[in-house]
Amino acid sequence: MKTLKPLNGNQTIAEATRQVDPDVIAAYPITPSTAIVESIAQFKADGLITGEFVCPESEHSAMSVCIGAASAGGRVMTATSSQGLALMWEMLYIAAGLRLPIVAGIANRALSAPINIHGDHSDTMGARDSGWIHLYSENCQEAYDNFIQAFRIAEHMDVRTPVFVGLDGFIISHSVEVVQVEDDAEVKKFIGEYKPVYSLLDMSRKITVGPLDFTDYYFEHKRSQIEGIENAPAVIEQVGKEFGLTFGRPYGFFEEYRMEDAETAIVVMSSAAGTGKDAVDELRQEGLKIGLLKPRVFRPFPYQKMAEALKKMKAVAVLDRASSPGAFGAPLFTEIRNALYDYAERPKVINYVYGLGGRDIKVEHFKEVGAKLEKIRKTGKVEEMCGYLNLRES
Amino acid sequence: MIEIRFHGRGGQGTVVASKILADALAKEGNYVQAYPEFGVERRGAPVFAFIRIDNKPIYDKSRIYAPDHVVVVDPTLVDAIDVTEGLKEGGWIIINSDKNPAEFKFPAKYRVAAINATEIAVKNKLGTLAAPIVNTAIVGAVVRILSLTKLESLLQAIQEQISIKPQDNQKAAQEAYEQAGRQS
Repeated sequence: MKTLKPLNGNQTIAEATRQVDPDVIAAYPITPSTAIVESIAQFKADGLITGEFVCPESEHSAMSVCIGAASAGGRVMTATSSQGLALMWEMLYIAAGLRLPIVAGIANRALSAPINIHGDHSDTMGARDSGWIHLYSENCQEAYDNFIQAFRIAEHMDVRTPVFVGLDGFIISHSVEVVQVEDDAEVKKFIGEYKPVYSLLDMSRKITVGPLDFTDYYFEHKRSQIEGIENAPAVIEQVGKEFGLTFGRPYGFFEEYRMEDAETAIVVMSSAAGTGKDAVDELRQEGLKIGLLKPRVFRPFPYQKMAEALKKMKAVAVLDRASSPGAFGAPLFTEIRNALYDYAERPKVINYVYGLGGRDIKVEHFKEVGAKLEKIRKTGKVEEMCGYLNLRES
Repeated sequence: MIEIRFHGRGGQGTVVASKILADALAKEGNYVQAYPEFGVERRGAPVFAFIRIDNKPIYDKSRIYAPDHVVVVDPTLVDAIDVTEGLKEGGWIIINSDKNPAEFKFPAKYRVAAINATEIAVKNKLGTLAAPIVNTAIVGAVVRILSLTKLESLLQAIQEQISIKPQDNQKAAQEAYEQAGRQS
């Protein structure tokens, strides 16, 4: 039955997992994603999940179990955060390289050192070149919706690529909101039956998984892997549309908020986008023509669509909840600025790193950014291209 | 929008209290957002929980700095931290205590209600004598004093959210609800 339930972000991932009922779930608990694994364990104990639930001794092993199970033709999920994702590192590349459609719920959290349990995007941004698809969620509902869609995207014949579904640690993972939980049968119908192309257990069609691949063919195989993720946009778009038709909440590559007549824009992902929308409302009341663009898909990066949406702006601020030490700007900024490069008329683009280690970002901080953009719009001058938001400077 | 901050200590069920309240409010068609502020996750450490209530979708994900009301689950916190920090004028301070509200030295711009949730919890055998679980009683008082939901919605939320002794928890909430009626 379709119901409204008060759930936190972790519980939405667990609920979606219960409904999808994957063949194998392998996960090792870590803050702030612990409750995902905890709830799944409860579902398993209560007989609400029929799939295998494996509790290995580490995240590295958890991802290894996922890889084994997916190679055997199973539908597979896991969940982790921060150091847990870091410990999975080498296996992440193997999952993507073997084209295994594993889905992972990530309660995004800062990386040590210094040790910190709170939300930022350092963990998945660190894995941005691992070959996984990245979806990010603003709230509990989006975490639930993204997680269901992730199976369809990952398992699509043209894609066969693993997917991260990010939700901000604590801010979303532990925040209770009223979530529309869809009917179990409807969810099962939406994701459909998973039919693997190859399976280790198919004795009529014996295969080898993960053999040596030297200077002769490694390059070609990597190229074909890249094609998989490059095929993803069409599938992400189709699945997002279909999800909308089925459940009433359509999804695209990003959400545009009050962008129609905007002259300046703030680009920000995940939970902070919600606070940003309130700030945009206030700035609009003060007479500023400002909008907000919230990326949902970071890999594959929808560079053309993003550039089309932003090219007419006079000034754009990209907010990153991760740093890229030594780089010319943080991850989202470099993508967006790069995407706009070929347009003769393009906005000035500035970058703010914000919220590392869970540092709060309030409406007033977004308003600071709005004022800065307005100044750039008027003068055409950028004083500082890459800065920080809500950070003590002395 | 109404914003409430809960002050408690780890292990008292403060976070569950905010969750039950969110559930009860959601049952009556409100938009809610309830979230805990975790510091050090250990029994006895001061913990916070926040709840936002509105009749339209809530977008703001920042912490609450200027609450409309505060709820103090552990009375010993009053001497340890400033529970009124940022509290708006006219806001309620709802405190778990056997004292008379007038005995607290809070500024006159606030309204104070004291409810002996500990006694109610002990009476209903919730938790142990040394560490009673007072969350359901506190929520019963909060709902009544702030006129947030009907008692029935709260009792239903407790039934759904609490797996251990749901009936005793419902009784505690109802007793506190009735006691609070004499102070609101």
